[in-house]
Amino acid sequence: MGRLTFQGGVHPIYRKEITNDRPITPIPAPAQVIIPLQQNIGAPPEPLVAVGDLVKVGQKIADTEAFVSAPVHASVSGKVVAIENRLSPIGKEVPAVVIESDGQAIPLEDLQPYPALEEMSPDDLRRAMREGGLVGMGGAMFPSHVKVTAPQGKKFELVIINGSECEGFLTCDHRIMLEWTDDVIYGTRALMKVTGVEKAYIGVEANKQDAIDILREKLGAEEGIEVKPLEVKYPQGAEKQLIKALTGREVPSGGLPVDVGCLVQNVGTTATFARYLKTGMPLVDRVVTVSGSSVKNPGNYLVKIGTSFGYILDYCGIIGEPKKLISGGPMMGVAQITPEVPVVKGTSGILLFDKKDVPVGEARPCVRCGKCVDVCPVYLLPVYLMDYTLKGMLHRAEEYHILDCIECGCCSYTCPSRRPLVQTIRMGKADVLARRKKRQ
Amino acid sequence: MEKLDNLVVSSSPHLRSGADVEKMMWHVNLALLPAILLSVYFFGFRALAIIILSIAAAVVTEGIIQKATGKEVLIADGSAVVTGLLLGLNMPVHVPLWLPVIGSVFAIAVVKQAFGGLGSNFMNPALAARAAMLAAWPVHMTSYAVPFVDGITHATPLSILSGAAHGELPSYLDLFIGNVGGVIGETSALALLAGGVYLFVKGVIDWRTPTGFLGTVFILTWIFGGNAGLFTGDPLYHLLAGGLMLGAFYMATDYVTSPVTKKGRLLMGIGAGAITVMIRLWGGYPEGVTYGILLMNIATPLLDRYTVPRIYGTVRK
Ligand code: SF4
Ligand code: SF4
Repeated sequence: MGRLTFQGGVHPIYRKEITNDRPITPIPAPAQVIIPLQQNIGAPPEPLVAVGDLVKVGQKIADTEAFVSAPVHASVSGKVVAIENRLSPIGKEVPAVVIESDGQAIPLEDLQPYPALEEMSPDDLRRAMREGGLVGMGGAMFPSHVKVTAPQGKKFELVIINGSECEGFLTCDHRIMLEWTDDVIYGTRALMKVTGVEKAYIGVEANKQDAIDILREKLGAEEGIEVKPLEVKYPQGAEKQLIKALTGREVPSGGLPVDVGCLVQNVGTTATFARYLKTGMPLVDRVVTVSGSSVKNPGNYLVKIGTSFGYILDYCGIIGEPKKLISGGPMMGVAQITPEVPVVKGTSGILLFDKKDVPVGEARPCVRCGKCVDVCPVYLLPVYLMDYTLKGMLHRAEEYHILDCIECGCCSYTCPSRRPLVQTIRMGKADVLARRKKRQ
Repeated sequence: MEKLDNLVVSSSPHLRSGADVEKMMWHVNLALLPAILLSVYFFGFRALAIIILSIAAAVVTEGIIQKATGKEVLIADGSAVVTGLLLGLNMPVHVPLWLPVIGSVFAIAVVKQAFGGLGSNFMNPALAARAAMLAAWPVHMTSYAVPFVDGITHATPLSILSGAAHGELPSYLDLFIGNVGGVIGETSALALLAGGVYLFVKGVIDWRTPTGFLGTVFILTWIFGGNAGLFTGDPLYHLLAGGLMLGAFYMATDYVTSPVTKKGRLLMGIGAGAITVMIRLWGGYPEGVTYGILLMNIATPLLDRYTVPRIYGTVRK
């Protein structure tokens, strides 16, 4: 039987061997952290501290009443020295709290572990998620407590823990499954409890056999949770493709996983939730894979939220002629103009590439080879979406489902004429949305 | 951090597959090498001269036009070589030597560059040029040579089969290896098939177009091709004879002038096959591959429009 998979997709170079046997290693806290107030999709939290305030590790420094939002917490103890706009790794200037560390890492006194799962109600757990500042740590940064809340009239049937880690170079989720196995399982149980479902799958790409083995071993005869090996193919970890591979069902166009009864949560987020429940320490650090040809000591590092990329790269060492700095993976990550940006909750990787590994080559005219069509995991016609966007034929782009594009980049990756497909489609999506708004 | 002060910023993805139009074009040229070698074996060095002349004319024309219009000169991308080569292979060996030159100039200047160059032309340049040459110089273009035999014939296996010419029908084996009359590149099914398989393995062509094309010709000639009623035709003969292999593997699969959708590519093959059979069996010409493909080239935008795949998460209407 073939491994569980989806249609379309590509096989980029993975290069996971650079870091997949490097254990999670803490990096000492920097002298200063930059913590963007908004590290979630949705409403921006307001600062709860002022310049000059003293803060402790785990102290809430920003929050809001809005439901679709998540608080942020201080990751070091020390003094707030500024609340001002700083560049974030998504490429925008955002308001951030700058804290100068006192080097003591004093935790907030009233952080308490939560009671055992059996003693908590789904609502308790949901509140805990929000209090802990939990958001999707695979990159999307969607508030977790919102994700686990089924909209009126809909119901969850299955929890899917996303351990596919289909992006090249990244190994942080792999290490989390190996080293924080119990947390992954505990977190899975917690998610099953919040959503009231009896069944969970942990989907893992088959190139991480050791993770599959240890998860299976620790699960033993435990009921309800199954580890599912997946075909190694990008974007196996994209929510909709993962659901298709595991259940054969498709999330309706414009809909959410809950429409087919699924909750998908990344393993990192799942384990972090468990650690929060067990210790009471909110999301103040995360595992980041630091890799690429210009990194001297690549690895998987436990890093305080707010640590600058530059500090981490200095710690790991830089070699050769670095030319490209990426936050995230090589297929969907965002290239950075400066190493001053901080690690945020969704930063899964910091990749630094040498000049020789940065692809060059001019875009050539499209030859209509159809390769982009063959690889699109949403079955779109990227070549036409690009064309319609460039010609301003937005009604056609919309009719051809431009808004369903998940921006996985398979089309650009595969194009033999090096056309800027996903880049153009991204613009097209924004144009189509703007046009929709105007018409309303 | 002075080492990190000249970072480049570009859109994701930051990896590329390394696939390249240039490489693909050269794969096509390489795939046609067996056909070239066999044509020289069967028809002598005049065949080689024709091929070289048409390639040279195509490349020079492309270069001059790109230079004159201020575009980037991309003759190394191999696409002009493919066009010249295909056109050369579509000429009988005894054409006057100026004919391949004129044909290539026409293919590149009129069919390709006048519409904006590679990617913007809507008909296959080599085929459109062949059709034009056929209309302008019908006698030159249909005076075939039989391998190893001096003299000229208008008879090809197909024209004999259709009753338009007299002569002995060659054997399947001769058809397969190419020991028959015809244009220089179309006679050896074996060489063309080998190159076609190579292109498929290299991921350059999709199986759908050639399979649809050959399959349709096979089925339709089997049903309607015989004189003794339905299902008495000789489909194998139709597969091996004429320009079918050359057309199905190398010209109907031309990216620029065929659909981008999978279903569209299958329909491209089926449509070209059906038109080919209609012309072969009931039309005025013994051979219909050229027109079959050209008509489907014109239909390509429509095929794309009506074969949009079902999008993930939607229900087919
Ligand atoms: S892959 Fe590139 S060249 Fe091929 S059809 Fe798509 S955009 Fe055009
Ligand atoms: S069109 Fe969108 S979904 Fe399809 S391959 Fe390109 S980026 Fe991915």
